[in-house]
Amino acid sequence: MIRLELYLVFTALLFAAAAAAADLRIEVTQGVDNAVRVGVVPFKYPTRSSLAESVHEIVDADLTLSGRFETLPAKQMLSLPTRAENVLARDWRLQSVEYLVMGEMERQEYGFRLRFELYNVFKQSVVLRQVIEGTEDELRDMAHYVSDEVFEALTGIPGAFSTRIMYVTADGPVENRVFKLNIADADGYRRQSVLTSNEPVLSATWSPDGNKIAYVSFENDGRPAIFIHDLQTGFKQQITNFSGLNGAPAFSPDGKQLAMVLSKDGNPDIYVLNLENRRLRRITRHYGIDTEPSWRADGEAIVFTSNRGGKPQIYQMLLADLSIERLTFEGDYNAKASLLPDGSGLIMVHRRQGIFHIALLNLQSGRLRVLTETALDESPSIAPNGSMLIYATQVDGEGILAAVSIDGGVRFNLPSSEGDVREPAWSPQKTKIFRPISP
Amino acid sequence: MGITRNRGPLALIAVGLFLAGCASTAPEEDTSTDVSLDTKEVVVETPKEMPKEIQPTITGGEKVMISKGPGMGTETLDGIFYFDFDQAIVKRSGHSELDKHASVLKGNPSFRVRLEGHGDERGTREYNLALGERRANGIRAYLTAQGATRSQIEVISYGEEKPAVLGGGESTWAQNRRVAIKYSN
Repeated sequence: MIRLELYLVFTALLFAAAAAAADLRIEVTQGVDNAVRVGVVPFKYPTRSSLAESVHEIVDADLTLSGRFETLPAKQMLSLPTRAENVLARDWRLQSVEYLVMGEMERQEYGFRLRFELYNVFKQSVVLRQVIEGTEDELRDMAHYVSDEVFEALTGIPGAFSTRIMYVTADGPVENRVFKLNIADADGYRRQSVLTSNEPVLSATWSPDGNKIAYVSFENDGRPAIFIHDLQTGFKQQITNFSGLNGAPAFSPDGKQLAMVLSKDGNPDIYVLNLENRRLRRITRHYGIDTEPSWRADGEAIVFTSNRGGKPQIYQMLLADLSIERLTFEGDYNAKASLLPDGSGLIMVHRRQGIFHIALLNLQSGRLRVLTETALDESPSIAPNGSMLIYATQVDGEGILAAVSIDGGVRFNLPSSEGDVREPAWSPQKTKIFRPISP
Repeated sequence: MGITRNRGPLALIAVGLFLAGCASTAPEEDTSTDVSLDTKEVVVETPKEMPKEIQPTITGGEKVMISKGPGMGTETLDGIFYFDFDQAIVKRSGHSELDKHASVLKGNPSFRVRLEGHGDERGTREYNLALGERRANGIRAYLTAQGATRSQIEVISYGEEKPAVLGGGESTWAQNRRVAIKYSN
């Protein structure tokens, strides 16, 4: 019975997703200067079948939106090869196309088989050739998989097109706000609302395996509580109900512990809850504000925001001995920090001349670099590949999401039609992983 | 009737309320009819069968009205107190109004207030939640120092999640850095 219900919900979500266009739209505001010229040739599809998605167009959009590639419009292509043997390299060289993505889909009994190739026009060699299979519902996933493979082959950086973004929207007048917690593909498509509430919802975060989320909701009589929501089963559980703050949940890298902020003992301090035995450990004791814990990748340290020095700054605590080290010294407002996956730097909110930006602090050199040019920037979240970060900002007084590459070279905005958008959280895992079968 | 309706949905709470002077003769007939805390104004109306002495009517929100009973007039108190950026210090300019709240609470032990702390949109959300709580705690400390009981006061911080005014700019931010005193029973 439960199985049947879940299946129905799943089907309904897929249907809704297919019917709706993307709620977030991506606009590249700055790409790299030396963008690689790629031709994504229209794939060959099975005859007499109208697919719900045009796979090559999704790949083309992904590569374009990454800001690192410039794609040749299909209209300008002189030929439409589907495999390396049919490529007339000279035609493409004339149009300065450096690489070609080609593909062919065949209908299978239960879905589709996609053979795709990445071809180097100048060397006249195949860079990548794979075959994957998926169902009709997985066409977008297959396209994002192709984009990831192409992106990694050409840049050396794992792609992040198969990931998801969680974010909060707030809409309506001040006295009647509607808050929604949403999850969408990284390109904004297939949005689902996980929670709709008349009370605030914030600080949503992913478990390391991407199967669960934790967030703060004021849905119980306007009081804050932390919830964990299992995305696979739909099971939602209230984790805390202390008096005072119940905020800033953060899963440990092994997923077994949840760091959080509680003020039940009089003051905002950081606690770690063991999710297996439910033991709660208080790890900071200070009369100042301690908040926004974020784990180091090895799980042995937590970085957090504290105003113990008078102004909000970033500190790191080693969990073994609870020793604390201050990490930021430049500026009078540094908050909401997270470490890059390799531990080399710290991404945070940084105020400079009264304006809030996202900045990267190189922990080796001590050099601080402001990455964003907008104002009121907050909630930075790093992509699982460590090369991009998404954050919340404002354009014309309305909250939108924007993204910037860690090197500052690529920028794009994600405007939305749904009121104020805030608090993006990039999923730590890919949505779907296809196992290539040999061609 | 001591109903005061300024704006927003109305919640009626029928209670017996007495100022300090006659507390010793308070009958025990507190019967709640309908309570809604999610309103800008909360009106506490005295039931018809109340004795004739003193009947306070209280609203919560931007203004708090204390009706002292039939023919006794009303007293209006500010229900919102403002703060500076990244500060939780209760401003001296608010002290006299807070003194009046404290004396209302002290004189009416059955009164309960919720202090809702807020911040402006600048800075991070969780830090602003902590800051909003500090602001509300500051008001609570002031009220208890002036004779209110701690158990009468609940503190909740909404950080920057529930602005009074949408938009940006210093005047908007100043209106949003606040603590609202909301009465209930």
